[in-house]
Amino acid sequence: MIRYVLGRLTSLIISLIVASIVIFAVIEVIPGDPAAFMLGINARPDTIAALRAEMGLDQSVVARYFDWVTGLLRGDFGQSWTYKTPVAELIADRIWVSLPLAIYALALSTIIAFPAGIYAASRRGGAGDVTIMGATQLGVAIPNFWFAMILVLIFAINLRWFSAGGFPGWDNPLQAIKALTLPAIALALPQAAILARVMRSSLLDMLGEDFIRTARAKGLSARQALWKHAVRNALIPVLTIIGLQFSFLLAGGIIIEQVFFLPGLGRLIFQSISARDLIVVESVVMLLVFTVIMVNFLVDLAYAAVDPRLRTKS
Amino acid sequence: MSLLAIKDLSLSIGDTEILHNIDLTIAAGEIVAITGESGSGKSMTALAVMGLLPRGSVAEGAIMLDGTDILQTSETDLCKMRGNTMGMVFQEPMTALNPVQTIGAQVAETILIHEKTTKSEAHKRAAAMLERVGLKVPPSRYPHELSGGQRQRVVIAMAIALRPKLLIADEPTTALDVTTQARILDLLRDLVREFDMGLLLITHDLAVVADVADKIAVMQNGRIVESGATRHLFAHMQHPYTKALFAASAHTVSLPETPPSSPILQVRNVARDYPMSRTALLGPRPMFRALHDISFQINAGERVGLVGESGCGKSTLTRAILGLEDVQEGQITLDGDPVFSGKRPNLAVRRKMQVVFQDPYSSFNPRHRVDRLITEPFHLLPHPPTGPARADAIAKALTDVGLSPADAGKYIHEFSGGQRQRIAIARALIIEPELIIFDEAVSALDVSVRAQVLDLIADLCRKRPLAYLFISHDLSVVRTVTDRVMVMQAGKIVEQGETETVFAHPQHPYTRTLIAAAPKLPDIGQTG
Repeated sequence: MIRYVLGRLTSLIISLIVASIVIFAVIEVIPGDPAAFMLGINARPDTIAALRAEMGLDQSVVARYFDWVTGLLRGDFGQSWTYKTPVAELIADRIWVSLPLAIYALALSTIIAFPAGIYAASRRGGAGDVTIMGATQLGVAIPNFWFAMILVLIFAINLRWFSAGGFPGWDNPLQAIKALTLPAIALALPQAAILARVMRSSLLDMLGEDFIRTARAKGLSARQALWKHAVRNALIPVLTIIGLQFSFLLAGGIIIEQVFFLPGLGRLIFQSISARDLIVVESVVMLLVFTVIMVNFLVDLAYAAVDPRLRTKS
Repeated sequence: MSLLAIKDLSLSIGDTEILHNIDLTIAAGEIVAITGESGSGKSMTALAVMGLLPRGSVAEGAIMLDGTDILQTSETDLCKMRGNTMGMVFQEPMTALNPVQTIGAQVAETILIHEKTTKSEAHKRAAAMLERVGLKVPPSRYPHELSGGQRQRVVIAMAIALRPKLLIADEPTTALDVTTQARILDLLRDLVREFDMGLLLITHDLAVVADVADKIAVMQNGRIVESGATRHLFAHMQHPYTKALFAASAHTVSLPETPPSSPILQVRNVARDYPMSRTALLGPRPMFRALHDISFQINAGERVGLVGESGCGKSTLTRAILGLEDVQEGQITLDGDPVFSGKRPNLAVRRKMQVVFQDPYSSFNPRHRVDRLITEPFHLLPHPPTGPARADAIAKALTDVGLSPADAGKYIHEFSGGQRQRIAIARALIIEPELIIFDEAVSALDVSVRAQVLDLIADLCRKRPLAYLFISHDLSVVRTVTDRVMVMQAGKIVEQGETETVFAHPQHPYTRTLIAAAPKLPDIGQTG
């Protein structure tokens, strides 16, 4: 087990190093002079020179890379050119919107998908299965921004249960959660549809396995065999999907954040790209990559918790 | 009164009739075997007794188990009986256990779902039961840490944890090596005696049946065609199908004499190492030696057998001979040329060598027609035949294996298992190789089909000198189709010699164990 964790940890560190090099190269090296790019074509040479000095572009590439990385490790993400504030502060403000939103959406999607998938699998071919599979088909097909607008129309404008957008901050947690509810639902439903389908097909595969027949021969009812033997085995592919979905939910909420006027990371990236604020873009992208890699690491650990075959060495 | 009485059981799924008027009784302490070929309805009979028939099946008649008619019992009550009054052991021990639960927990589950007892008490009893079935590993192990034989012991422990009155074992030893098979059969016999259980044993292997069963029922196409006490049945076989089955099981072929000839395949001091996972993070990988100092040769036209249990290195050796993998020591040559060149098989050598695999179902691409399937080896030739020459080659290869040239346009799913194996042989023959490797080529076939394929191989040998390496775990088959045999154990060839000599006078203790463990057909039947 320790060896498995160490192995995954090593691959995590290597992934992070490679990712940081790639991001640094793409943003700081490839497009030529970032300072000139950020200021646009009409910028005066002395302004560019000032920005170059501020960004440290007069140093060598290697030195700049190490400055950037050691800065990241210390929590110093640099200074935003457009906001004139430390990037760390910008991120800190936004992460408290995006992270809870992603977790909220993932929780919703799991809570919907697991029972739906398990129910559909246990009633394979029956009316319940057909209904649920039809609904998931629809869920996969509907774009989430459209669904978000429908939610706003119904629950914010007509019923007035929720506000149509904005985020009041975490001073009043109840209000904050309320503000995140519609966006979380809009994000979660399409994900839930995918997850439910994966859960169902993975369970059906498991139900055809010999050990389910063995369990039935022991005297377990079909339902008991499903819950006690099939579900845990079916979780392995489902976990993979959950890991991928979390990464998507964290970074891919851009459109939903736009629809609901949420000050999240997606909007920060979007605005920074529009303003050509490469320092912010670079740091936020690195942060997202870090999160994705961490989540994958956690998924790997979850595999090992579910499947003993991964714990012992081959 | 008998423990189990199946009366006039008929079963159909949709319009297909699966079982017809089955009558069978088992008394406590009695071992009754159902035997027959695949599709005869053996397993369906067992599942009917367990009340585990597939959805949509309609059963008539009665299955009285200890006074209860299974067919009239509700699913809820059946759940209470399964694992409690009756237990079942399945064929495939590798997949019969839940991979994410410990073996102890899985045995304890049988106890926990049927009895009001504490978890620790159930685990204690499970551990005792695992010990009773001869398992020498702790109950905290997971299935993947166990061998096939050990897993089958766990499945048995699970089935008998509550001392059921009836145990059903569906091909319990078919997936196991002969020595393991002998031990598992001994265990079942002991358990029947100790617990006074009835045992319904389902097996296609007549030799196993002859060894252990008190009574035998022979099934064909959903009917019991003959049944009776084992000795009596073997001595006085009435039904033609029983006689045919027995003859096919004991089938022997007569091979033509091999003319004295020169060696074609030479294997000299070959060793093959596999890297294992590191023990230290950056340390060197430890090596596992799968083949130790293997040396032998096969002459032109010579038929050589290779026997040994799973994991002994047979497959590794096959891959090395085919030039699919490099070897770490020694050399393998065919007609003097190395089989492995650089990083891949030596094509000049590969076209003189073909292989026929075990599984007739999965070794063909289902979307290609037979002509394309069997001409695949043509890519090994520098100038493959085209047009009429190609058509002639296809027709000849198909005719040689007893199929018709018209079969070339069909897809593989249109053929039975035995026909598929003929097609596999046609594929091997089409480029007229000097050496064919039969890798468990008849092991998945029913006995009557197996007999036909063995006849085919003998026929081919008569038509032209054909050298082959026949790899099998089935000693009786190897005995009849080879001139010389090699016995392999743990990566070493421990004995080799003329087939008859080795079988009649085995020298190495391992060879003796293998031969002793192999179940034998009684001699009485051959005259009766």
